[in-house]
Amino acid sequence: MAHPPTARSRRGLRTTLIGWSFILPNFLGFALLTLVPMLAAFVLSFMDWDSYNPPEWVGLKNLERLLDDESTKVALRNTALYALGHVPLTALAALALALLLNRRMAGVGFFRAAAFFPYVTSMVAVAVVWNMLFNPSFGPVNQFLHLLGVENPPGWTTSTDWAMPAVVLTSVWRDMGYYMVLFLAGLQAIPQEHYEAARVDGAGPWQRFRAVTLPGLRPVTFLVLILLTVQSFKVFDLIVVMTDGGPGRATLVLSQQIYRQGIIEGEFGYASAISLVLFLLVLVLTLIQFWFNNRGER
Amino acid sequence: MTTAASRPARGPLALLRRAALYTVLAALAAAILVPFGWMVSASLKRNNEVLTIPVRWIPKDLQWHNFADIWAKIPLGTYLGNTVLLSLAITFLQVLTGSFAAYGFAKVRFRGRDTLFLAYVATIAVPWQAYMIPQYILMQKAELTDTFWSLILLQAFGAFGVFLMRQYYLTIPDELCEAARVDGLSEYGIWARIVLPLSKPALASLALLTFVNTWNDYMGPFIYLTSNDLWTIQLGLRSFVGQFDADYAMIMTGSVLSVLPIAVIFLLGQRYFIQGIATSGMKG
Repeated sequence: MAHPPTARSRRGLRTTLIGWSFILPNFLGFALLTLVPMLAAFVLSFMDWDSYNPPEWVGLKNLERLLDDESTKVALRNTALYALGHVPLTALAALALALLLNRRMAGVGFFRAAAFFPYVTSMVAVAVVWNMLFNPSFGPVNQFLHLLGVENPPGWTTSTDWAMPAVVLTSVWRDMGYYMVLFLAGLQAIPQEHYEAARVDGAGPWQRFRAVTLPGLRPVTFLVLILLTVQSFKVFDLIVVMTDGGPGRATLVLSQQIYRQGIIEGEFGYASAISLVLFLLVLVLTLIQFWFNNRGER
Repeated sequence: MTTAASRPARGPLALLRRAALYTVLAALAAAILVPFGWMVSASLKRNNEVLTIPVRWIPKDLQWHNFADIWAKIPLGTYLGNTVLLSLAITFLQVLTGSFAAYGFAKVRFRGRDTLFLAYVATIAVPWQAYMIPQYILMQKAELTDTFWSLILLQAFGAFGVFLMRQYYLTIPDELCEAARVDGLSEYGIWARIVLPLSKPALASLALLTFVNTWNDYMGPFIYLTSNDLWTIQLGLRSFVGQFDADYAMIMTGSVLSVLPIAVIFLLGQRYFIQGIATSGMKG
């Protein structure tokens, strides 16, 4: 007589094996090159290791050093400043573009493509062009500001005060099209009946926006803010090409500091400690956003 | 009453509003695209005509020879060849392993599957910088730094491809796979003959996004490729800017050449880019 439990568990084993056989080719690479390094980075943060000496457990020494290291502290502050500018400005610009372009009309595809196009062009080309546009004496940006009557337009990437705003503006211009696509998808997911109902109740355009659009966009806004936060904290390419952290240390960011300490100086332990701080910051900010989102949904 | 309001109103006022809207949109699009206009315009100028007051948007005589001269100044052919090779290899492996693994996650039910998938998704949110040092040590020990292998291995098995493909496979009805199973097709047969042909749009999205990302990647090649003859177009352009920082026209010529292939790909596959981003974002 057949034993159903055994037959079932054998079938279970077979499907498990089949399932894994699909996942395995990708998983091998993923585990070896992503999961293992992630765990290793955590352990390395508590070790002293350079390319010449064997690793040695030093506990919290790397984190203590981090608190005393002026460059790392500057990088931390600059990264936070960048995020503070990049996250809200990009989200607002993307939302505005999405609201403007969420309609059926001839040529809307072209306008969407134009807004999205900066995102697919390389950071190097973008940074090089904007560096010229921001040229303090001959660049078109300052010529335009002159035209508007600004007497002393900023020195942008040559000035310690204005280099960060220049970088933020460039990054907002590049990224807003990407998040516009997410907002557009969110807008199209809002049922049309909700607008009809609000209209029947006599709501004007602004009230409809407040009562239907904004609540409907909640999940997308949450996603956009999380993605933007993660993206802000890992900024590297744009800064390296546009200012290389300068002038002085005015735009030095955490990823650059990890690169300099870990790969140039070969201080694997210390660099890992900085990356642990980067990771924890992103994690805490994500959790705060989750908390806000959950509280708002109740 | 409501029907009248929801239908587009006609009359001179509506026409005027429509015209105003188009004007605003055209101005906005122009403003967004200005940097590209500047790039193309400067690439066709003499060097001393690039930074002038006022800006001359249309060059006096077009210096088409800039586009010929640049090939002699830097090994652009090598850089472009390297970039194409890397982008194709990484895209091919990412699409292949990603779409294969996605079938396991979307269509085969087994214990631990969803936990494993959660681990995959969670890593997408972890900044690469957080674990790039151990990756670098690993590559150094394997003596793969300063080879294409380091970049191919690091970028071909990304979790993003698995995620994107799985989201798409979930929209393919299970009954279709069930019917194929009854007909005696193996799981691998279902993947190859039913699911894969049905997911062409998602495959196109993933392939285009991966290709463009690899083409534009700066940090990866910057860390791993030190020999000039392995450099990608991004590294080559950056080093050119460093060497000839006052050669404005030529720098813009190089920039145009580095963006041109992507612009063509974008124009051809625009809708796949946008769909890919929208689907990967919506269900995350």
